[in-house]
Amino acid sequence: MQQYLIMNMLDFPVLSTTIFLPLVGGILILLLKNDSIIRITAFITTLITFFISLVAYGNFNPGTHHFQLGEHLPWIPAYEINYTLGVDGITIFLILLTTVLSPICVLSSWEAIKERVKEFMFCILLMETAMIGVFCSLDFILFYLFWEAMLIPMYLLIAIWGGPRKDYASIKFFIYTLFGSVFLLVAIIAIYLTNGTFSILAAMYRSYPFSFQMWVFLAFAIAFAIKVPMFPFHTWLPAAHTEAPTVGSVFLASVLLKMGTYGFIRFCLSITPSASVYFAPLMITLSVIGIVYGGFVCLAQTDMKKLIAYSSVAHMGFVTLGIFSFTLFGFEGAMLQMLNHGVTTGALFLCVGIIYERTHSREIYDNAGLGKIMPIYVGFFGFFSISAFAFPGTNNFVGEIYVLIGTFIKHKTAGFFAVAGAVIAAAYMLRLLKQIVWGREDRRVIKDMTPREVIYLIPLVLFVLWVGFFPKPFVTVMEKSLSHLLTYVRTYYN
Amino acid sequence: MAIESIKPLVPIIIVFVTTILIMLTKRRENLREAWSVAGSVLTFLSVVSMVPAILGGHIYTYTISTIAPGISFSLRVDGLSLVFGIISSFLWIFATFYNIGYMRSLKEHAQTRYYACFAVAILGAQGVSFSGSLFSLYLFYEIITIFTYPLVAHHQDEEGYAGGKKYLVYLMGTSKGLLLPATVLTYVLTGTLDFSRDIINGVFPRDVNALWVTVTYWLFLFGFAKAAIMPFHNWLPSAMVAPTPVSALLHAVAVVKAGVFCICRVLLSTFGIGLLQNLNLGIWTAYVASFTIITASVIALTKDDLKARLAYSTVSQLSYVVLGVALLDPAGITGGIIHIANHGFSKITLFFCAGAIYVATHKKKISDMEGIGYAMPVTMGAFAIASLSMIGVPPVAGFVSKWYLLNGALEIKNMPIVVVLMASTILNAGYFAPITIKAFFQGRSPGWSRDGIREAPMTMVIPLALASLISVAIGIFPQFFMEIIGRFLR
Repeated sequence: MQQYLIMNMLDFPVLSTTIFLPLVGGILILLLKNDSIIRITAFITTLITFFISLVAYGNFNPGTHHFQLGEHLPWIPAYEINYTLGVDGITIFLILLTTVLSPICVLSSWEAIKERVKEFMFCILLMETAMIGVFCSLDFILFYLFWEAMLIPMYLLIAIWGGPRKDYASIKFFIYTLFGSVFLLVAIIAIYLTNGTFSILAAMYRSYPFSFQMWVFLAFAIAFAIKVPMFPFHTWLPAAHTEAPTVGSVFLASVLLKMGTYGFIRFCLSITPSASVYFAPLMITLSVIGIVYGGFVCLAQTDMKKLIAYSSVAHMGFVTLGIFSFTLFGFEGAMLQMLNHGVTTGALFLCVGIIYERTHSREIYDNAGLGKIMPIYVGFFGFFSISAFAFPGTNNFVGEIYVLIGTFIKHKTAGFFAVAGAVIAAAYMLRLLKQIVWGREDRRVIKDMTPREVIYLIPLVLFVLWVGFFPKPFVTVMEKSLSHLLTYVRTYYN
Repeated sequence: MAIESIKPLVPIIIVFVTTILIMLTKRRENLREAWSVAGSVLTFLSVVSMVPAILGGHIYTYTISTIAPGISFSLRVDGLSLVFGIISSFLWIFATFYNIGYMRSLKEHAQTRYYACFAVAILGAQGVSFSGSLFSLYLFYEIITIFTYPLVAHHQDEEGYAGGKKYLVYLMGTSKGLLLPATVLTYVLTGTLDFSRDIINGVFPRDVNALWVTVTYWLFLFGFAKAAIMPFHNWLPSAMVAPTPVSALLHAVAVVKAGVFCICRVLLSTFGIGLLQNLNLGIWTAYVASFTIITASVIALTKDDLKARLAYSTVSQLSYVVLGVALLDPAGITGGIIHIANHGFSKITLFFCAGAIYVATHKKKISDMEGIGYAMPVTMGAFAIASLSMIGVPPVAGFVSKWYLLNGALEIKNMPIVVVLMASTILNAGYFAPITIKAFFQGRSPGWSRDGIREAPMTMVIPLALASLISVAIGIFPQFFMEIIGRFLR
């Protein structure tokens, strides 16, 4: 059972440290009183977490598809529940994405959040622990624990610090995701009853009967499709995004949505490959509908946050399209798009947050015509906008072209529909950009970006260009894990 | 022999640095314009420095990064690249001086943005010409699209926005909707996006699925909407709302030539002559181009707005390039490629003249230009020379192109194409000659001199006069470009 897990050889449990350091920092914050010290403590905690995750990355060996840096402790032996952690080429970047964005989120809320700073920072840190935990867990119970743990701080972020319709949005978010989680739990228990253990490693790469795979796949798929969100399970997303505070939107878009696609890759493909192949046409159809439908809805938006939220539906459609194309290009493109969407959409939400702090409006019209008033802001916003519609030379273009190649190899029709989605993406992003830069003639006085705001956006700019021009290092790290997975799924694919 | 060298990247870096300097010195106008001048001269010199090696039978290559196996962000300079690289960088020098006169005379707003975007558009043009793979080509092609939008919509009025919107819808719509799938399909069919050095065989394997190659081919042809092949031409007349230097350099040289250059590149270095002949794609392309040539010329006849007439003339002339290359024989290809240069010099002259007339008289309509030649003899003289080139009269540059194109058509014994070339010459004369005749020989209205109409500022007149003289010079001495193209075809 442990054949896929290479144990951690470092002097300290690097994954556990990455996971629980934010929680420790959060508890420390609860003891503090001064808001400034709380902010600084939260920032330092997230920064150290980031450096520790870099240590993990530095010790990651891309030459194998096995899980690495493993930690294994018996937890509840009676039910074969263990504390098992490990990372592979699929999760290592998702962890880094989380740890990079957390300090940025803390910085972005420095002045935006003035009330209940302590609780707010605690929520951020708790979120970080839960998110990293989800990606590291190799035990279903542990996984489920972290999965559910994300829900609470996210709910609080929306319900306490959210916009005018925060009650509606937070409840809708909670009910939708909880509904999905129930299916996840059912699937987990079904697997446990078959295997007699909650170990994820033991559940992977085994031949289950087809009917069993079908039901488990469906349960997984509902849980993950809500999270992604795939059409038609997406309606919670715009509400949650619009009402959430900036940090909430960033976490939602950048990391939480990835949980869904991560789930598809990790569980659906390796545990229920036959069913995945069987349902692939359906999944591809839904992905394509999501891409095109999400794009059209974006065209009709007057609210910046809503527009970006719906664009997530379209972007994540590319990810699921890549996954269910069952090609290496599709897989790699899907993984790249997960990171790219995390960075670009996260950055766009941060940009909206920046302007919202100044104008207290998310309406495009209220924030239009900033070209001469806030040139630096417009520069950043323009950069991330063109990245969002996959301008060549940016990260999304590389991801998109990988996904499209993967799709065109197998399903040319779906590929052409996805291309239509790409056209629409250019239309709605350029329309938004034009409005923001040149939309209004009147001159208002709005302060341009502060150095703090510039500083936290710069790493994201660098990432966009890095992946846009030099994606090789990223692809190399994920390649072994993905090609191993693909070889396995391919045996069921004829 | 391929020489791995950073040289192809140098012009691109120079333009990039120029752009940064322009943006940093926005409060000091003279210094800002000095950067443009210095940047354009240096760019041209760095491009020219590559000529000897190319004439010596070498090509330059430079790989910046690998995106995926077979997809690289790479640059390459061969004969075809040099033709476009030389004219776009050389004419940038002219356009810079002209810009200074035009923008200052009309006291245009947002000049820093204007000069910066202008430079980035040239960066895109240099990048397109030196692209070594479809990936780089697509990147620079899109850079041109995005950064010329602020130039088209420069006036920021309703007309400007409408023109700009159409511009983006056409160019971005086709590049995302047609070019992107074409690029992806090319990779799926061949496993590479790099250009081949072998213009006979291209990159497609012999046993490739003919249907998908055909689909890919047409996606490419119409995807490069900057080439303004009908029905994707309508953005070009609308883009004429831009300030005239933009119409001159970008919509006569950099942008539209990037389009036809891309078509030449993809036809020759990706598909290859053999495959296009086998699938009969060349001849159908020639017919599509012929249709554009004739139709656009007829539309040009009906336009009274000088820039609109020039725009439709551009649409028609661009298709000469496509037509020539699509003939797939050496004479036709040579005629097509050299027309990139010949049309560039002549058309920029015509637009420069239109701009000079506007600055001096604020007139746009041809019917208002009776007798204008007496007030602006240099400008209208240059205009006359450049029109002769457009019509294809010896010894002006356009004649050389027409000669090769006709030879190409006769070589493959295709009479309809020959007829098209002859008919279009008559049409060209039909819409250009009346302008010159009106200017010099009709109704010497005393109003001109009484209103004190004089030539536009010298920074505008000198570039346009020089450009027209160069049109004559390369008509008489076409060897330079011929040799470069010959190297590419060998």
